[in-house]
Amino acid sequence: MIEARSLSKRFHDKKRGEIRAVDNVSFVAKPGQIYGLLGANGAGKTTTLRLLATILEPTDGTAVVNGHDVVDSPEKVRASVGFLSGGTALYPRLTAQEMVEYFGRLNGLDEATLKKRVDEIFNRLDMNEFRDRRCDKLSTGMKQKTSIARTLVHDPPVMIFDEPTSGLDVMTARTIMGFIRECRDRGKTVIFSTHVMSEVEKLCDVVGIIQSGKLLTEGTLGQLRERHGEQDLEEIFVKVVAPLYVEPEAK
Amino acid sequence: MSFRNIGIVYRKELREALRDRRTVIASVVIPLFLFPLLSVGFGALVGSIVKKTKEASPKVMVVGGEDSPKVLAALKATPKIEVVPAAPNWKDLVVEKEIPVAVEIPTGFDKGVAVQKKLQVNIYNYSGELKSEIAAGKLNDSLKAYRDEVVKGRVVEHKLPVEVLDPFEVTQKNIAPPEKSGAALFFGGFIAYIVVFLCFNGGMHPAIDLTAGEKERGTMETILSSPISRSHLVFGKFLLVLTTALATAALSVISMGISFALVNSLQAKTIQAGDEGIEMHIGVGAALSVFIMAIPLAVLFSSVQLMVASFAKTYKEAQTYLVPLIFIVIIPAIAAMLPGVDLSAKLALVPILNVSLLCKELVIGTYHWNFIAIIFTSTCAYAAVALFLATKMFQRESVLFRS
Repeated sequence: MIEARSLSKRFHDKKRGEIRAVDNVSFVAKPGQIYGLLGANGAGKTTTLRLLATILEPTDGTAVVNGHDVVDSPEKVRASVGFLSGGTALYPRLTAQEMVEYFGRLNGLDEATLKKRVDEIFNRLDMNEFRDRRCDKLSTGMKQKTSIARTLVHDPPVMIFDEPTSGLDVMTARTIMGFIRECRDRGKTVIFSTHVMSEVEKLCDVVGIIQSGKLLTEGTLGQLRERHGEQDLEEIFVKVVAPLYVEPEAK
Repeated sequence: MSFRNIGIVYRKELREALRDRRTVIASVVIPLFLFPLLSVGFGALVGSIVKKTKEASPKVMVVGGEDSPKVLAALKATPKIEVVPAAPNWKDLVVEKEIPVAVEIPTGFDKGVAVQKKLQVNIYNYSGELKSEIAAGKLNDSLKAYRDEVVKGRVVEHKLPVEVLDPFEVTQKNIAPPEKSGAALFFGGFIAYIVVFLCFNGGMHPAIDLTAGEKERGTMETILSSPISRSHLVFGKFLLVLTTALATAALSVISMGISFALVNSLQAKTIQAGDEGIEMHIGVGAALSVFIMAIPLAVLFSSVQLMVASFAKTYKEAQTYLVPLIFIVIIPAIAAMLPGVDLSAKLALVPILNVSLLCKELVIGTYHWNFIAIIFTSTCAYAAVALFLATKMFQRESVLFRS
């Protein structure tokens, strides 16, 4: 379970002054559900997920992840979470197996359990062929499988995906989508950010639309259609986001 | 403090470092092969060039002297020089290095000598050019020998003993132990400089690779999503940087020891103290002492490198910050080599300079225990502050996610 309580994150920028990247965001994501965080670029999705994964610390508010507070017990939160994003790359000079084992050990697994878990995951994801190959020699699909194995090695109850299909080809993206569904089916709490409407329609049980750091609306797809009087998700998104939309600044 | 987690990070970083060509070259290959190349290879090359030049018979252009057969005969009789007739443009030929040296004999030289007239002979050479310097030296020796013969002839002519020319001898003798002479101190300072430089250089690439390199490759977010605390993470990374810095220092000292032993066995004495040569060697005790003093210095360097490199977004940016630091590091190490710069209570507190000055003394077997205590403690204190700041830097979101 994830419970965000008035979660806020402010940054200071020399040119733009104070930026409210996440502004008073509250929501609940339950086990066995996929919660989709839908937003344009720069809307605050990544910052929200980094706050939940305790990679960043909130300025105000808090969140409870699997019973642990992100402010008080960040290490326990991280031990309960599998975090996968476009930015979570692999160590190029480690093999696929070494990469997964490294994260297993960091998550406190003993050697016997680790070996069992690694064998199980490598068999399930059909990774045995390239388990001893260095990560910088893997194809994109192999890299994604290794990243998935890395997030799964400690069998976390909560999975956080930050635009996991960004920049991937159709086949690799399908593998990721299948994996996200599987996590839900295994009773994990899944939160997933994207700006691709079709992914939300295919995967999400509950959708939250975020813009300028604010969570503007949330509900099941049916509830959103009814609330905003539109059938098409893109139309709903535009209707909700338009009043607050600003062009993201170039980095 | 979880030593298990620090150990996990350290082992993983070590495994990656050993698979990284740049780290292996900077930490193993350079210190192992730099000194044999510099001391044995380069020394042998220079020695061979000098020997060949000395044994050669350079052309000497004699300007004038047509009316002075005696001096010409003396010059022609000089071994290993070839007297050639003067060309009108002899000065240009020297400047253009066509001939190494020319000598100008004044008109009526022999007659002038006979009537004891004061005469001036000029040698023209290209200063700083090895062949020209050696040829001028041979010419100078030849003319001085001829002058001595003339003087002896005059003394004999006046029926005086030859000893009248040398009423007494003056000799200068070094009574300091040869292993502690000025040249040995310079040699000690040189070793300190090399250890300081390689200690810094050895840790630089891993420090960048483990911080800015991780940000650039996108693995920083991956590792930050694991349950390990940031202080454990930075300690694990710091230990790897320290390992490479110390490995570089240790290998360089070992390599120097072997190289100099090899040079000594070949009897190639390259540093001279007055008339006495010194044997360049590092004893096991001295090498161990230098290595022990290099430990807190390596901790200081590793922490500063991690702190500075973690601020950068990319490998190149980190290099831009760290490469100029090499100069800041080597200036005190070079200062320690200067004659007259010796350990004092104040200098014992100046980072880098203090260790360099101490290493210089350690190499020649002098142990100032009071200075050793001050330097070890102060360097450890600086290193602790730098490590603390590096840890703090690694906990700042504005640094880790700088965009």
